[in-house]
Amino acid sequence: MRIERDIIYIILAFIVLMVVVPWTAGQLSDQIFFNWPFFFEVAIGGLLSGVMYSLIALGFVLIFKASGVFNFSQGAIVLFAALTLVGLHGLGLPMWLAIVATMGVMFLLAVSIERLVLSKLVNQEPIILFMATIGIAYFLDGFGQTLWGSEVKVLSLGISEAPGFYFDGQILINDFDLFAAGIAAVMVVGLSIFFQYTRIGRALRAVADDHQAALSVGIPLKHIWIIVWTVAGLVGLVAGMMWGSKMGVQFALSLIALKALPVLILGGFTSVPGAIIGGLIIGAGEKLAEVFLAPMIGGGIEEWFAYMLALLFLVFRPQGLFGEKIIERV
Amino acid sequence: MIYREAGVYKTTYRADHAIFTIPQDRWSMIGIFAIAFLLIPAVGSEYWLGAIMLPFLILALAALGLNILTGYCGQLSLGTGGFMATGAFSAYKLATSFPDMHIVLVIFGAGLIAAAVGILFGIPSLRIKGFYLAVATLASQFFLIWMFDKFGWFTNYSASGVISAPPMTIFGDVFITGPEASLVAKYMFTLSVVVLLALVAKNLVRSNIGREWRAVRDMDIAAEIIGIPMLRTKLKAFAVSSFFCGVAGALWAFLYTGSVEPLAFDVNRSFQVLFMIIIGGLGSIMGAFLGAAFIILLPILLNNLPTMLGLNIRTDMISHMEYMIFGALIVFFLIVEPHGLARLWSLLKEKLRLWPFPH
Repeated sequence: MRIERDIIYIILAFIVLMVVVPWTAGQLSDQIFFNWPFFFEVAIGGLLSGVMYSLIALGFVLIFKASGVFNFSQGAIVLFAALTLVGLHGLGLPMWLAIVATMGVMFLLAVSIERLVLSKLVNQEPIILFMATIGIAYFLDGFGQTLWGSEVKVLSLGISEAPGFYFDGQILINDFDLFAAGIAAVMVVGLSIFFQYTRIGRALRAVADDHQAALSVGIPLKHIWIIVWTVAGLVGLVAGMMWGSKMGVQFALSLIALKALPVLILGGFTSVPGAIIGGLIIGAGEKLAEVFLAPMIGGGIEEWFAYMLALLFLVFRPQGLFGEKIIERV
Repeated sequence: MIYREAGVYKTTYRADHAIFTIPQDRWSMIGIFAIAFLLIPAVGSEYWLGAIMLPFLILALAALGLNILTGYCGQLSLGTGGFMATGAFSAYKLATSFPDMHIVLVIFGAGLIAAAVGILFGIPSLRIKGFYLAVATLASQFFLIWMFDKFGWFTNYSASGVISAPPMTIFGDVFITGPEASLVAKYMFTLSVVVLLALVAKNLVRSNIGREWRAVRDMDIAAEIIGIPMLRTKLKAFAVSSFFCGVAGALWAFLYTGSVEPLAFDVNRSFQVLFMIIIGGLGSIMGAFLGAAFIILLPILLNNLPTMLGLNIRTDMISHMEYMIFGALIVFFLIVEPHGLARLWSLLKEKLRLWPFPH
């Protein structure tokens, strides 16, 4: 199995790189205090924040897998879901009821996106659909803030932000990050089971493989799209809850989608595990670079480092680590 | 009946290769030029020239550049803002390092530097395709903006990170940048540059280079098999496209705003220009202008609509509503005419060929 071997080599090379570069950086400059526990603390913190990126990338992957649409509006969906949740909670609903109600809203959103936009754009070129999702993103950004206002809102899930977990007396890990990682793990397992073992999951995979063939064996494309957008909406809701309780529910949530894009191309557009692994690599790489590399070249490299890292991977595997290899014929 | 190719006899190769072969087209172009060069500067108010025509022309130029890359060569790019910033900052460095340099040289020199940067960031396009490439071009966008923001050398160590265009003249004594420049002079200069480059673009895309680009867009493997060098063709598209974007960025910084910070060219600018070519029409020179006009005028219209209707809405509400309406209109346009405004234009021409008879 050549492909698996390639991937393992690439990931190993990455890990070596991520250890060697900070280590040499630490040796070269005096300002940085380099020791292994600190290194692992940063690395683990990065891995856990990478999980948060994966949560958003998952929504992209689901829609791309099932409909081939590059869904730029996932960030806006995250913001919209979080705003709706906080808004409904603010109206006096208890949290669990607000979550259920928001799920309902996400379903309605999926139905209206399918009815009003996607069904009218069947058979258009991918770039047109991509632009349409940017239009949806603008609309949702405006709509959510028109409904619920644009001030920063607090979303509390009742998990402490305090550093709670010590390992070996030296490495410190945030409780909240661990919780987020747990949620992400549950979601990936859940989605994998859903895709692998349920009737709808099989239909989704059939549509992803071949629209026409799926239609001809009687799979209703319309329903499939509604289901996929609903699932993406629910994933967005979870991501919105996590990010919202971390940094407050505000417009900036919508921009986090830009953080998820490198994760996406690194993992491959069509792979759920790819989104997770990509998130871990990007998260760890970004944090390590920010702590150990950035002081040497001016700081603030978080904005682009993830993209450059992903670009580096793409040069070797143009479809991402786990993306389907496209075989082109003339 | 009146407007058609039939009956137009060409006796020379020159006439056969003309851009506009139909006399009515030629006359209407002359009319448009007359309006743009004579009428608008004469009657245009300060607001129209400064706040609408200048950004329209400059962004149309950037859209032209992106259209060459995305519409003609098929390489989806989200790095337009980065290349515009490159143009703006290299124009500033050129103008401040060589104070005697002529403004035309400064602007086009900035374009050349942007082209070099574009070639550099175009290299991954040989391996990476489609949406993967689009996301990869975001790397150039974020990296370039970060670079101009972070390193003081680019702004001559100004504390705020803002660059201001030094006063520069053309024809000896006519100021076109700096506080003394008149809007009419700025407008005329921008218009001349844009018209010149639009002609260059029009001729490029109907030459063999343009045909190579289109072959690569339609199917790159097939293009390679019939002997089109992939590396050179794609990099040429990146170079020309970034040259246009760089010139647009330099004009934006020097003539439109006068002083600019890197954030003026952030990722939203890239999306704005992408909107222009999609709404205007991919693979159409005319489309870049139509799209730019639409995207520039729409927010202004939306902004003034509540006051015109006499409604009293809070300002933050207006900006949210603007987002909503803008998004909805984009989707609406894509549904009604996925091929853009340029497609409407060619439909109109088809109709004109028959007019006034039904068949």
